[in-house]
Amino acid sequence: MNRCPRRCRSPLGQAARSLYQLVTGSLTPDSVEDEFELSTVCHRPEGLEQLQEQTKFTRKELQVLYRGFKNECPSGIVNEENFKQIYSQFFPQGDSSTYATFLFNAFDTNHDGSVSFEDFVAGLSVILRGTIDDRLNWAFNLYDLNKDGCITKEEMLDIMKSIYDMMGKYTYPALREEAPREHVESFFQKMDRNKDGVVTIEEFIESCQKDENIMRSMQLFDNVI
Amino acid sequence: MAAGVAAWLPFARAAAIGWMPVANCPMPLAPADKNKRQDELIVLNVSGRRFQTWRTTLERYPDTLLGSTEKEFFFNEDTKEYFFDRDPEVFRCVLNFYRTGKLHYPRYECISAYDDELAFYGILPEIIGDCCYEEYKDRKRENAERLMDDNDSENNQESMPSLSFRQTMWRAFENPHTSTLALVFYYVTGFFIAVSVITNVVETVPCGTVPGSKELPCGERYSVAFFCLDTACVMIFTVEYLLRLFAAPSRYRFIRSVMSIIDVVAIMPYYIGLVMTNNEDVSGAFVTLRVFRVFRIFKFSRHSQGLRILGYTLKSCASELGFLLFSLTMAIIIFATVMFYAEKGSSASKFTSIPASFWYTIVTMTTLGYGDMVPKTIAGKIFGSICSLSGVLVIALPVPVIVSNFSRIYHQNQRADKRRAQKKARLARIRVAKTGSSNAYLHSKRNGLLNEALELMGTPEEEHMGKTTSLIESQHHHLLHCLEKTTNHEFIDEQMFEQNCMESSMQNYPSTRSPSLSSHPGLTTTCCSRRSKKTTHLPNSNLPATRLRSMQELSTIHIQGSEQPSLTTSRSSLNLKADDGLRPNCKTSQITTAIISIPTPPALTPEGESRPPPASPGPNTNIPSIASNVVKVSAL
Repeated sequence: MNRCPRRCRSPLGQAARSLYQLVTGSLTPDSVEDEFELSTVCHRPEGLEQLQEQTKFTRKELQVLYRGFKNECPSGIVNEENFKQIYSQFFPQGDSSTYATFLFNAFDTNHDGSVSFEDFVAGLSVILRGTIDDRLNWAFNLYDLNKDGCITKEEMLDIMKSIYDMMGKYTYPALREEAPREHVESFFQKMDRNKDGVVTIEEFIESCQKDENIMRSMQLFDNVI
Repeated sequence: MAAGVAAWLPFARAAAIGWMPVANCPMPLAPADKNKRQDELIVLNVSGRRFQTWRTTLERYPDTLLGSTEKEFFFNEDTKEYFFDRDPEVFRCVLNFYRTGKLHYPRYECISAYDDELAFYGILPEIIGDCCYEEYKDRKRENAERLMDDNDSENNQESMPSLSFRQTMWRAFENPHTSTLALVFYYVTGFFIAVSVITNVVETVPCGTVPGSKELPCGERYSVAFFCLDTACVMIFTVEYLLRLFAAPSRYRFIRSVMSIIDVVAIMPYYIGLVMTNNEDVSGAFVTLRVFRVFRIFKFSRHSQGLRILGYTLKSCASELGFLLFSLTMAIIIFATVMFYAEKGSSASKFTSIPASFWYTIVTMTTLGYGDMVPKTIAGKIFGSICSLSGVLVIALPVPVIVSNFSRIYHQNQRADKRRAQKKARLARIRVAKTGSSNAYLHSKRNGLLNEALELMGTPEEEHMGKTTSLIESQHHHLLHCLEKTTNHEFIDEQMFEQNCMESSMQNYPSTRSPSLSSHPGLTTTCCSRRSKKTTHLPNSNLPATRLRSMQELSTIHIQGSEQPSLTTSRSSLNLKADDGLRPNCKTSQITTAIISIPTPPALTPEGESRPPPASPGPNTNIPSIASNVVKVSAL
């Protein structure tokens, strides 16, 4: 059956195409086969040696990480939907999709809509094997949704809401509407030195370094893998 | 949490970095990984096929055999691998489940074998993936139906020891093949159903004219004859219904069943007619009641399996039939409306109202086309042709579903019948194989005793007469021997048992028997004494000979004699199946006394006759075999 090489998106073209299909009797919807083309795209990561150089993981750790990665994403890349679905399996009670989106954007350093194994391992290397400053940098990057170098109150509110969403409905004490906002207020009080309503990277790192709790919690990531 | 994403847990924990700076309170301590075992490959050897996988893969599902410490039971220290003596093909699916999280069911695999393997590995079949679940469930249902079928037919064929009269009657009604009386009843009722139906039909045929009046149907011309026939049939049906009602295990359920309702509806008109013959007003209504007499034809469904299958199919396709009806109704209404308005303009059109157009639409859609109502306008003709085309479609669509359902159920029934027919032959072959093993024991016992006897007699060169048995066999035989010692009874085979029963019952009759026979009751039944008695028999060479002769006498007498009262019924039934007749006669004490006759004759034939093979036991081969498939003594 002839098909126009360029898929005509106009409704007229579509109507003409379906009429043609009706007349010639080919009722099979070709759209299903079109979808199959996408999933055969495969992405292979760079070699182990290169990854070893770029990240701070050992060879064995990279192997374990890649096996887990490939198991869940056989095509070699994670798109946002997949990412959200994987992450949601760890938080059955709440809705982790918003936070997963933010994470995805943080891991997807080249902003091409997909996270490859290199992106994945690079991000993990910073979080799990980087210095405290690296980690704080990475956290700032996560909070800075529009990547303009500073965190506004709205951005922080979005982040806070997404974190609270992960808790779900059944919490003790019961979640109140204004809890995220209050939390954001306290965060800005702590972090925003010059009280200009935004938190820059220097303010962020400085304030975090002064906070004992945050410093201690950053060290939790040393033993994750 | 799905175990498949356990590999992503480090990522999830790393992603928690986003919470740290905003948290106001300190974080709890992370759990320490005490034995930080490197992920290692483990080898699973399943019947020689080696599978290898990571240990963490298996540990994803800790409540299965492979994921828990249960697999340590199968660890082979020498080869440092886990050995499972199971099917490697099914293991492939099991291991894939660990790898991918999805359990698949291979179509070529037998459903019960697959279930067994899953049970072994501790995996619930419910987690079979959607892709294979339907197939699995279908096969499982078929298997369950087959098992139920087998159980039913088994229950029907077993002769249950004590059935009350009511239960026997009910069984006779449900399965006419159980006894001749039931079969006779079955055919008689079938014949009368046919007679009744034919009578109803012939009644209405015009049967020649009485001069001076119009043509009469046969029913009115020979009304007395037809009335007698009808009465006879109804009487038979009534008696049958009452008998079934009496015999039914649950009368309430029987009354509600379809067949009994049909029975009642078939005979009611007659009784109502009897009651109301003189009342002219109601007799009009009574005439319409006679139409119910045609329901008697449904009584044939008890006699025909195909009819029952058809009824069952229609019942199981109720949803498809309902859909067919619904879509037809919709189409009829639509087209009737259209045709009515299309034909409204034409004069003298038959389409006087929409309900009147229903008739045209139905006739057209089912492609009958009587032609009593035809559209005359052009619009009417166009819509009429569309109507007939769509009618073909609407009716043709659900029909294959019903047909395939019918075909499936019919073939299932056919297979069930075939299986039942083959079952007898199969069971007979299985029984022969089983008796083979039990006779092996008796055989080796005889050999063992023979060896002992020969030892006692001091003929060393014949000590190794008995064939060497394997270790397992000898252990098994030792076990059976212990059981014999425990219960003070012995295992014998069918023919011996039967002979001994006849022997022991022959003892009741005064007859000139050799003293050996009369000495039977005097012998004690303890094991030790038996042995000693046996040794005393040995030197007496004539005694066993007389025993042999006496057994020959017995056998011949059995064949000729038909006047033994206690045996007559059992004699005839011996040729069929005689367990009921014989067993009550033989008490266990007599068995032990009679057993003594077994070992001695073969032990005493000096030339050491060749042992008869286990399949055809009986050292007294000169005794003609009396109904070999007679008594089922459960030797083992």
